[in-house]
Amino acid sequence: MSTNIEYVIKPQKGISLNLKEIWAYKELFYFFTWRDIKVKYKQTFIGFLWAILQPFLTMVIFSVFFGKLLNVPSDGIPYPIFAYSGLIIWNVFASGLTSSANSMVSNANIIKKIYFPRLIIPMSSILVSAFDFLMAFTVFIGLMIYYKVAITFQLLIFVPASLILTIITVFGLGSLLASMNVKYRDFRYIIPFMVQALLFLTPVIYPVSIITYPWAKYLIAVNPMSGAVNLMRGAITHNYPDSLLLGISVISAIILFFAGLLYFKKTEAYFADIA
Amino acid sequence: MKPILEIKNISKKYKLRGQESPYLTFRDALTSGFKKKQSKDEFWALQDISFDVYPGESIGIIGRNGAGKSTLLKILSRITPPTKGEIIARGRIASLLEVGTGFHAELSGRENIFLNGSILGLTKQEIKSKFDEIVDFSGVEKFLDTPLKHYSSGMQLRLAFAVAAHLEPEILIIDEVLAVGDAEFQKKCLTKMGEVTSEGRTVLFVSHNMGAVKNLCPKSVLLNEGKIILEGKTNKVVESYLQSNSIIKDIKDRKDRKGSGEIIIESIQLQDLNQKIVDSVFLGQSFQIVFNYKVKRNIDNLDFFTFGFSLKTDMGVPLFLHHNRINSVEFRISEIASKSSFTIKIFDFPINKGLYSIDYSLLHNKIHFIDHLENAFILEVLDGKIYNNINNPPTSHGFYLINASWSLK
Repeated sequence: MSTNIEYVIKPQKGISLNLKEIWAYKELFYFFTWRDIKVKYKQTFIGFLWAILQPFLTMVIFSVFFGKLLNVPSDGIPYPIFAYSGLIIWNVFASGLTSSANSMVSNANIIKKIYFPRLIIPMSSILVSAFDFLMAFTVFIGLMIYYKVAITFQLLIFVPASLILTIITVFGLGSLLASMNVKYRDFRYIIPFMVQALLFLTPVIYPVSIITYPWAKYLIAVNPMSGAVNLMRGAITHNYPDSLLLGISVISAIILFFAGLLYFKKTEAYFADIA
Repeated sequence: MKPILEIKNISKKYKLRGQESPYLTFRDALTSGFKKKQSKDEFWALQDISFDVYPGESIGIIGRNGAGKSTLLKILSRITPPTKGEIIARGRIASLLEVGTGFHAELSGRENIFLNGSILGLTKQEIKSKFDEIVDFSGVEKFLDTPLKHYSSGMQLRLAFAVAAHLEPEILIIDEVLAVGDAEFQKKCLTKMGEVTSEGRTVLFVSHNMGAVKNLCPKSVLLNEGKIILEGKTNKVVESYLQSNSIIKDIKDRKDRKGSGEIIIESIQLQDLNQKIVDSVFLGQSFQIVFNYKVKRNIDNLDFFTFGFSLKTDMGVPLFLHHNRINSVEFRISEIASKSSFTIKIFDFPINKGLYSIDYSLLHNKIHFIDHLENAFILEVLDGKIYNNINNPPTSHGFYLINASWSLK
């Protein structure tokens, strides 16, 4: 038994990330993620297949309404795979944001009773969404084969880059909203609207090329998810996205990341008192 | 030897908010942004708490509800930071603030053992190696792969305690875990805790069960209103706690009451049948308990009042309940407004000597609490003469004394 542990409990001053501590709690991090994945598909008949079916069915609906009936252009690639590529990465954002923003409140009973680095909670809910992405990604490859889109090495660059950009964004925004949600439950109602509004500000249904106002595409690029979606599209169009636009998305993602992290760290000590 | 815990001048301040808004709304923040910041009501849950704990010591923390015990434990387990002061800890602290933390109803018993163990600070390896022991202790092996939601509450509790009992931190914090569960399981838990303390583990034990505190902890700390009022040998501390509790019959300032509050019980008195105030009663005696109340707000729209109290043992086992409807006495609004106490006369009290706790409730329309307080009063019963008994069996053989006679036939 280790008796050389010594630590001090005192009033919180300043902010320290304490990555070492998060590392020490990696098993708990694993268990939280494992629990959330398990619980998500418990008592469902087809289980994990939902992770595939959900984006797939949305894609079918989008293809019928936007692709066929409204003739939304898709940069010369078949609309279904165009929509699906955007949807699967968008889903990481949408479900990751919703679950991480609610994670502190839904785990309040544990937060009030046990100490662990609080950041583990929103992080693990984002990981659950990333897991769903991996499931849905198999269908993406299937679609590429079906539509005879060449699978090139670019896939190995674009897809991980897109996923990383998304995770940075969700983490920032998710931890920001998670801590604000502890204090102001209004966010519980704001978040669904936010996600819905952002879907239209992200080129999931439409390509960026249909935006004709010159300044508008820069504005859209401020939304990091537009960068992430364009990266995913790069894997099928084999075109590199506009680097200026991508740069704007990346910077905006990094700003969100630190804003969320700092706000979370600043407020976490008092979660147990107000949750 | 260095203390394993050095608690130095710990204070904790809470800001009080109105009961209507347990959490802030965005609107509050928006509107108060334009106003000058008003100083909110502040409340010091702990003030200047200092004491040392040495390795292997078991310390009981005693005090009424609201005395600051739970706040102290929360600070020790790092759930909430102190406002002032610091604690130096030289070992892992694990708390059983409430067993079963993190249990998930959808997961199976087996899965919950792993999840809960991990939340409580065990590594996966440790859980694996103790898995069989945990299952054995809990006695739920048949249902290991059943989702927890199909467990009875007793089974859930047993499983939860089984995991918690196999933690091996240097410092173990236990709060009120014994308040639940059947008697047999409580006994099992007490035995297990006895083992833990005799193994040389450092234990901080918070409980209302004075018997258990006496058994497990040689030393105790008595808290009242956030301050330490006594520290020392458990026997002395418990005695002082019980005494202060039965002398302070004024319960006006108790903060742990529940109910809508139109009428509040402000004090409780024990009287003999000649209205002389007494501080304890004898077995077999007739006496009355007077609950003095005050009408705080308009009660015109309340109706159908019920006032009653129940008597519990120090283990929380209910002994009896009595209220005015049991023998169909009506308390009418007009009478309540002009009188000042609910008084119950008890005849030939058949409960054995010991200390008992009183919970009372005032309701209207049978279900709505106006005022309710647990452990409102400690009733001390001394040995006395009842029936034709020459001597009375000890309390350990039963709380009740019955009127009976023997013969050979």
